[in-house]
Amino acid sequence: MSENMIEIKEDVQAAMQRQAEKSAKFLRQDKIFAAITLSFATLVLLVLFGILVSLVVQAWPAFEEFGLSFFYSTTWSPTDGQFGAGIAVWGTLVTSLIALAVGVPISFGIAMFLTESCPVWLRRPLGTAIELLAGVPSIIYGFWGLFIFAPIIQEYVQPWMIRWLGEPFFAGPPLGLGIFTAGLVLALMIIPFIASVMRDVFETVPGVLKESAYGIGCTRWEVVKNIVLPYTRVGVIGGVMLGLGRALGETMAVTFVIGNANRFSLNLFAPGNSIASTLANEFAEADPMLHIPALFGLGLILFIITFVVLAVSEWLIKQGAKKAGGH
Amino acid sequence: MDTRYQKRKLINGISTVLSGLAVCIGLLGLIWILATLFIKGVPAMNWAFFTESTPAPGSEGGGMANAIVGSLLIVGLTTIVSTPIGILAGIYLAEFGDRSKVAGITRFVTDIMLSAPSIVIGLFVYALFVATTKHFSGWSGSVALALIAVPVVVRTTDNMLKLVPGSLREAAFALGMPRWRVSLDVCLRAVKGGVITGVLLAIARITGETAPLLFTALNNQFFTWNMNEPMANLPVTIFNFAMSPYENWQDLAWGASALIAILVLMLNIFARIAFREKTQS
Repeated sequence: MSENMIEIKEDVQAAMQRQAEKSAKFLRQDKIFAAITLSFATLVLLVLFGILVSLVVQAWPAFEEFGLSFFYSTTWSPTDGQFGAGIAVWGTLVTSLIALAVGVPISFGIAMFLTESCPVWLRRPLGTAIELLAGVPSIIYGFWGLFIFAPIIQEYVQPWMIRWLGEPFFAGPPLGLGIFTAGLVLALMIIPFIASVMRDVFETVPGVLKESAYGIGCTRWEVVKNIVLPYTRVGVIGGVMLGLGRALGETMAVTFVIGNANRFSLNLFAPGNSIASTLANEFAEADPMLHIPALFGLGLILFIITFVVLAVSEWLIKQGAKKAGGH
Repeated sequence: MDTRYQKRKLINGISTVLSGLAVCIGLLGLIWILATLFIKGVPAMNWAFFTESTPAPGSEGGGMANAIVGSLLIVGLTTIVSTPIGILAGIYLAEFGDRSKVAGITRFVTDIMLSAPSIVIGLFVYALFVATTKHFSGWSGSVALALIAVPVVVRTTDNMLKLVPGSLREAAFALGMPRWRVSLDVCLRAVKGGVITGVLLAIARITGETAPLLFTALNNQFFTWNMNEPMANLPVTIFNFAMSPYENWQDLAWGASALIAILVLMLNIFARIAFREKTQS
C-alpha cells in the first residue's frame, strides 16, 4: 500500500518535472518566435529610415553645389551642369492639383451613388468594377494615355478650351501631351482610391441619423449634404489626401503624357516634367558627378512631400474611423 | 412654398443625375482601357510573342519571351521572399505587439509605405545595391519589388488576424499549446483565405510595377536566366517599346500590356473569390 503511494508520488513528480521542462521549452520557443516576428516588423521601420538616409547621402553633392537654390531654381540643364528642382516640383504639384480638381467631384459622385441611390443588387458589382480600375497597372494608364487619350484631348478638348478660356493657363498650340493631359490621366487613376475611401466612411453614418432626416422630409441630396458629409468630413478629407499622395508620386502614367520638357511655363497645355517623370527619363543615362545627386535630391523632395501628405491622410482617416467606432 | 419644394426636388434630381454620371465616367474609363488593350493587344499575342526574344531595333517580328521569363523570375522570387516576411511581421503586429508603441508606429509606417512613391523605392535600392555592386541586376529588381509587396502582406495579415475571436486563442492556450503554435496553427490557419488574398493582391500590385525596376533590373535585349545580370521584364520593356518609333515594337508593347492586364485583373478577381469564400464559411 505505502509502496504504491510512493510509486504514484514519484510518477507525479516525474510528470511535473517533464511538464516544467516542457513549459520552459515552450517559453523559450515563444521568446524566439516573438523575437523573429518583431525583427521583421522593425525591418519595415528600418527601410523607411534607410530610404531617408540614403537619399540624403546620395543627394548631398547637389545640395553642396547649389545650396538652397536647388529647391526653387527653375534651371534644369544637364548639359550645363545646372540643376534646380523648381520645374519638376511645379509640374508635380500642378498635375496633382488638376487630378484632385477633376477626380474628387467624380469620386464623391461615385461614393454617393454607391451608398445612397444605387439598388442593393448593383452595389457589389459596381463597387468591384471601380476597385478593378485601381488594379490596372499605372504603365497601362500611361500607354493608353499617350496613344488613345491624348490625341482625343488634342483634337476635341484643347482647341475648344484655348478658344474660350485662353491665356495665360490655356494657350495654344494644342499639343495633346502636357501638364493638363497628365493631370486628367492622374485623375482617372486616383478616382478609385478616393471613391472607395469615401464609400467606406459614408457607410459608417448611423442609419438612424439618415432615417430621421428622411423622416422630416429631406431629399436625398439634403441628407448627403447636411447629414452624411458633416458626419464623415474628417474621413473624406483623409481620402482626398490619400489620392493626393498617390498622384504626387505616380511615375509611369505621368511620364508617358507630360511631354518631358524642362521649361517653366504657366501654360497648362505646355509640356512639362514632374519629379517622378524626370527621374524615370534621365536617371539611367545620368552623369554620376552632379546629375545623379541632383536626381536623388528630387527623389528626396518627392519622398518628403508624399510622406507628409500620406501621414496627414492616415491620421485623418483614423480619426474618422474612431468617430464611427464611438457611436 | 410650391416653387421652393420644386427647387429642392430639382436640386435633388440634378445631384442624382450627376452622381450617376460620375459612375458612368469611372466605368467608361475601365471599359475604354480594357477595350483598347483587347483590340490592340490580343492580336499581338501570337506564337512568336511567347517564344521569341525581343527584336533588335528596326528588325521585324520577335516576341517577348525574355521579358516574360524575366518578369516571372523577378516576381516569383519577390513573392517567395516577401510572403514569409510579411506574414511574420503581421503576426507580430496582431499577436505580440498589438497595442504596444512599436506596433503602432510600424502600422503607421506600413500604411505610408503602401502608398509611397515606388520610384523612390527604386532610387533607394539603386543606392543600396546597384551603386555598390556597380551593375544592374535581376536580384536588385526583386529587392525593390519586395519592399513594395511586404507592406501589402503585413497589413492584410494584421487585419485578418484581428478578426480571430479571442476565445479561439484561449481554447488553444488552455490545451497547453505554446504561443507560437497558437499563432501559426490556430490563428493563421483560421484566416488562411484572407492572408492568401493579401499575397495575391501583393503579386497583382508588383506584376505591373515599372518605376522601381527602371534603375534596378533595367532591361536586357537577350534571354537570360541569370539574375545577376540586367534582366528583361515586361513593364520596363513596355515602357521602352511604347516610346519607340518602331511599329512592331509598339505592337509588342500592346501585347505585353494586355498580358499584364489580364494577369493582374485575374489575380484581383481570384483574391476576391478566395476572400469571399473565407468570410462566408
